[in-house]
Amino acid sequence: MYKIKISDLPALFDKLSEKYDVFLPVDFDNGAKYKKYEKGDVLSEKLNTVKSPKDFFFPQTEDMMRFKTEGKKIDVIDIREPKDDFIVFGVTECDVKSFEVLDNVFLSEPADTYYAEKRAHGVLISRACSKPSETCFCKTYGIDPSEPSGDISTWKADGTLYLRPNTDKGEAVISVISGILTEADDDEVNKEKEKINKILDRLPLKNLTTEGFGAGKTAELFDRPEWAGLSQSCLGCGTCTFVCPTCQCYDIRDFKTNDGVIRYRCWDSCMYSEFTKMSAGQPRLTQKERFRQRFMHKLVYYPENNGGLYSCVGCGRCLQSCPISMNIVKVMKALGGKNE
Amino acid sequence: MQKISRFDIINRLKDLLADGNVDRVLGWKKGEFRYDVTPHVFTSAQELEADFVWGDFCGANFSKYLIKETAKSDKKVAVLLKPCDTYSFNQLLTEHRFDREKVYAVGVACDGMADIFKIKKITGDGISDIKENGEDLDVYTIYDEKPVKIKKTDVLSERCLSCKSKKHAAYDELLGGDGDVLDSNRFDEVAKIEAMTEEERYAFWQGELSRCIRCNACRDVCPACTCEKCVFDNPNSGMENKSPANEFEEKLFHIIRAFHVAGRCTDCGECSRVCPQRIPLHLLNRKFIKDINAFYGEYQAGEVVGSRAPLVDFDKEDVEPKNAVGKEDK
Repeated sequence: MYKIKISDLPALFDKLSEKYDVFLPVDFDNGAKYKKYEKGDVLSEKLNTVKSPKDFFFPQTEDMMRFKTEGKKIDVIDIREPKDDFIVFGVTECDVKSFEVLDNVFLSEPADTYYAEKRAHGVLISRACSKPSETCFCKTYGIDPSEPSGDISTWKADGTLYLRPNTDKGEAVISVISGILTEADDDEVNKEKEKINKILDRLPLKNLTTEGFGAGKTAELFDRPEWAGLSQSCLGCGTCTFVCPTCQCYDIRDFKTNDGVIRYRCWDSCMYSEFTKMSAGQPRLTQKERFRQRFMHKLVYYPENNGGLYSCVGCGRCLQSCPISMNIVKVMKALGGKNE
Repeated sequence: MQKISRFDIINRLKDLLADGNVDRVLGWKKGEFRYDVTPHVFTSAQELEADFVWGDFCGANFSKYLIKETAKSDKKVAVLLKPCDTYSFNQLLTEHRFDREKVYAVGVACDGMADIFKIKKITGDGISDIKENGEDLDVYTIYDEKPVKIKKTDVLSERCLSCKSKKHAAYDELLGGDGDVLDSNRFDEVAKIEAMTEEERYAFWQGELSRCIRCNACRDVCPACTCEKCVFDNPNSGMENKSPANEFEEKLFHIIRAFHVAGRCTDCGECSRVCPQRIPLHLLNRKFIKDINAFYGEYQAGEVVGSRAPLVDFDKEDVEPKNAVGKEDK
């Protein structure tokens, strides 16, 4: 365990940014967003960034390749630039766990090399959640925000930031800043963990359970009458899917240029009317089916295909952002077991 | 504190259901917390008693839902409308978007809605309850036993701070009385942006619009955006796009949208309310409203059903484009 005074954080970021691109959450007028560190940037105190850090590994829009045509000849050009190591600082544990969900999708064979390369170069520095929000429910999925993982874990306590490297990547980062860190014992961190756990017991969603969901529940849940009421006011926008750290659907499109084509991919949303449209049309005809797809995917289909792991981490972003305030918690309470 | 109580509204709605005048009610449903209210179709007195809410977080404008709702059934639906919502209601009628005969419009007096983002700026996260206490809101958090006292006027939504009307432009009956059209300051922010240099203005919008995640919430909530197939969703349009090619490409989407709703936008403010990135999109629309007022005379979309918007009502006295933009002929 190492420590540094919070007031010395600028020095830490300055030092890190000599070697790495460092991204950290900074405040804007009404929220926080990840930004590449520049001298003077201040680490946000906010719990959630509006958009999750999945962008670093699975960007909203990403050029994949170019096709250059000359007469009847087509060149396929790999347009990827070599990637340098980069640091994502201040990732909460729910977001760290979201990468497990994404890894299962993108790194299972055949691995998605675009995602894999960024994962290989990215260093995750997590932070414990000293001040969880009423919208937090990571505990529902067995996630412990007082014990963040990632390549380096950090805790804030009493004007001090504590750092603990967990991986070789983390050790390598620590070696860059070791000159400005001091060694520390675990006492303060343990106290902070205790404090956080006491707060977790006071969270309004602490009793939310996944009972009634999970692998094998498709037949039981698919035709439940509640879907109609739950989805009736859904606008069909993509807010929930785009702020979600685990939503992973994308579309691949071709953009025609003067001498060929740029193939790119961009996030897609199961809430959209054009999602997975095929020659026969969109298989989910109304918003009810699209809405159901999202929650069945998170709570039933994904766990079925991934050893029981849910593809929701309880970060609460959708609770904060949905224009009609409909969300996975309301769905779980309406359809699940023992959620009174 | 809203002028009319939840209790009074529920009682009236229950009567409407019991009389058989309507078989359902479009209203606000309570959420997990005080502030996460959901638009909902209530079908019984029991459901209303259990879940209906009226208070400082009932911002959702139901006018657009009437398109879908009236198409569902031949029975009448009761809808609750705040004064600002009634302008959207009228505008949709002007555009023949739903059948007025199938709607029973209940106007509710409104004292303005609170903005949970503004509240959280003061209290931080961890809100466990919000209680109305006269002109104050008592905000309880899990971090303190004592509530944070906030003046409601300090956390009013932006659109309510510059409320254009407490008067309902349409209703079948009113609950809580009617107010007046207000002399609002809603163009002040536009004037500030107009006063910027081109570079400043560009930087301002770049800063705001670069946060856009293209979730389409602004479009999907907008009562003026009722095309059956939006050009941006239509693969045959040649301009369907699901996400921005770069950070600032979003300006095109938002500017095109603002043009498309110009003259029809009632300034209900739903676009900015629902934006997850808190982009002040209403300012684009207000700029158009301000210009229309300046060039063609005062016009408020949705004030009167069937009114001809200046942009679709040619008149020989209309301003010449070159004069409108202040540029001479080349």
